[in-house]
Amino acid sequence: MKIKTKEINRKIKVKSTTDNLSRIRDFIHKTGMECKLKKEAIGEIILAVDEACTNVIKHAYHFSPEGEIEINVKCKNNKFSVSITDKGEKFNIKDIKDPDLEEYHKEKRVGGLGIFLMKKLMDEVKYSHLTGNRNRVTLVKYLPN
Amino acid sequence: MTEFNVQTRSDGSVSILDVKGYLDAHTAPELEDAFNKLIDDGKYKVVVNLKDLNYISSAGLGVFMAYIETMRENGGDIKFSNLKKEVYNIFDLLGFPMLYEFYNDENEAIKKFNEQ
Repeated sequence: MKIKTKEINRKIKVKSTTDNLSRIRDFIHKTGMECKLKKEAIGEIILAVDEACTNVIKHAYHFSPEGEIEINVKCKNNKFSVSITDKGEKFNIKDIKDPDLEEYHKEKRVGGLGIFLMKKLMDEVKYSHLTGNRNRVTLVKYLPN
Repeated sequence: MTEFNVQTRSDGSVSILDVKGYLDAHTAPELEDAFNKLIDDGKYKVVVNLKDLNYISSAGLGVFMAYIETMRENGGDIKFSNLKKEVYNIFDLLGFPMLYEFYNDENEAIKKFNEQ
């Protein structure tokens, strides 16, 4: 008989300040442990979520500390999904191309590497615009059985 | 509060930065301050010892990218040493080993500067 794992849902809401990044990382770590994820997978998800939230703080809220970031984690069977929702400026991932890393370093460009890392570390990165002027990035990792 | 610390020491003409803890968008400005101080003092040969660095995000990696040119233009460089495997993996994902030198031990990096 196939054992069905219980679905785990966890939520955290924080203000858009960089000092909350450590709190967000702790939250992901705790939830990942609860879902019995491997240490390596937890580390990759933590970094991807940190990058997504840093982008929200920088680009959606332009470092205004009054914005809100809501993070929802859903873990069921072999799928770990994190959605990050903000009410800041709309962001279009289609405008962002994968960087040619060698050129990137040579051109001395700084920043913009966050999305590249998110795509490398996660199986799915999806941006959506919701009602009420909300933006959402959803990060998904499929876990081996 | 994010656990982070950066300290500077010297070995002859080489400066060593000990970067500890969690390097993210919140703590990256402290590392920038350390690099600005080195530039103010005319010190361009830098070994970044990451023995006690537990975590790095692109905000931290961006600091090294922002200063490397200045160091090299002035006859110096930024060389990395003593990275934990998981931290090195992030540098590797972003192509750092193509353009930066990495050493297992701080003394090897210092020696490399002294040979030049």
